[in-house]
Amino acid sequence: MERLTPAETTVPHDRDGLPSVTPAAPGRWQIGTITRIVQETPRVKSFRIELPIWVPHLPGQHYDVRLTAPDGYQAQRSYSIASSPLDEGAIELTVDRLDDGEVSGYMHDVLVVGDRVEVRGPFAAYFVWRGESPTLLLGGGSGVVPLMCMLRHKRRAMPDAAMRLVYSVRRPDEVIYRDELGEETLLTYSRLSPPGWEGHSGRIDAELLAAAAVDPATGSVFVCGSNGFVETGAQLALDAGFPAERIRTERYGPTG
Amino acid sequence: MSDFISRAFGGRRRPPEGMEGRIPPGQYYEPGFPVLTAGPTPHVDTADWSFSIDGVVGSPRSWTWEEFNALPFEDVPCDIHCVTKWSKLDTSFRGVSLDTLLEGVEPLGAYTMAHCYGGYTTNVALEELTDGKAWVVTEHEGEPLPVEHGGPARLLVPHLYFWKSAKWLAGLRILDSDEPGFWESNGYHMHGDPWREERYWND
Repeated sequence: MERLTPAETTVPHDRDGLPSVTPAAPGRWQIGTITRIVQETPRVKSFRIELPIWVPHLPGQHYDVRLTAPDGYQAQRSYSIASSPLDEGAIELTVDRLDDGEVSGYMHDVLVVGDRVEVRGPFAAYFVWRGESPTLLLGGGSGVVPLMCMLRHKRRAMPDAAMRLVYSVRRPDEVIYRDELGEETLLTYSRLSPPGWEGHSGRIDAELLAAAAVDPATGSVFVCGSNGFVETGAQLALDAGFPAERIRTERYGPTG
Repeated sequence: MSDFISRAFGGRRRPPEGMEGRIPPGQYYEPGFPVLTAGPTPHVDTADWSFSIDGVVGSPRSWTWEEFNALPFEDVPCDIHCVTKWSKLDTSFRGVSLDTLLEGVEPLGAYTMAHCYGGYTTNVALEELTDGKAWVVTEHEGEPLPVEHGGPARLLVPHLYFWKSAKWLAGLRILDSDEPGFWESNGYHMHGDPWREERYWND
């Protein structure tokens, strides 16, 4: 995963209220059981998967999902964890159904509660929230998933930490976690706003970042979304005065 | 390998005919060229660009953009494999072989750390970079390497997962011992052979 980054040396570890875990507790393949499926939007579902071997994750980490056909053919993809690590024993993966998505299509069209699915994780220890405050989260489309993990965990573990979410969706029917967006969230509709909408419309811009009011002198930024969204969001954060080493990005490529 | 079979999974995205043996385990065929980075994209002007080889060496070297472009270039047709599961087949780059770049440098250590504009690092053993296995490339499929894919210049080590092919390359430091780079410090494998599926620390 050819990602660039500035060396990150100032992130505090093991803050109070956050799970004390090794940066990337490397998981073995295991068979989880689907215990709940939530249709978040027409093309996004969340899957709660109970795990026989559960370890606490850091908000922002991912699991790998592996499908195996009877002839041995396998397909794997990585999905961000949406649930707080305080939800012991299970993880929730929120999956965008891509048009040509081999794994996302299977998960959407085939999986039902009670099915078993092979997973391993949690993995990766860079795009993770370790309790930094204040924090600015910039999410585009399904890029909101790891950010919602951070937000959910903040609400439960560190309610006093300052965290703002700027969330860009194209249309009203694409808002994931609609009922969970609170006062910390600035939602913007980039293409089509719902009737009577008095909030933000259009793509994320400097004005919207300013409205989030996270101090660039002390704040950390997490940007997740499509390549174009991340380029824009990271540049806006730089322009607002956040130093590059406190801007972490994760891009959703054409995987599926 | 477990005996687990996914209910009602047939496998829809098998590699094109004749390419099955070229997709490592757990990878899928991707005709595009996805972009993955961990931070803002650094924009490096070729007027300010240089590439250096230093560290534990007899004779450190450094090239400006002009000097680098006077070196013998090679076309590098290759397949590339990203740890995020995609593999891109039959792509091509153009650049200078590490064998050429290391001539006269006299490396005294067996390990290297690639370091980049923007701060990214990745470790690669020296033997993974020599004997026609690695290049510093400035072109992709006949065009200057786009900045989102690491332009002006990136390392190309196609036989390892693509995070080892560091974008926005600034230099190569020869080391006495193997030290983890950026992703290798964050849960990813020190070596990264896609055919052995060396993705994460314990693989």
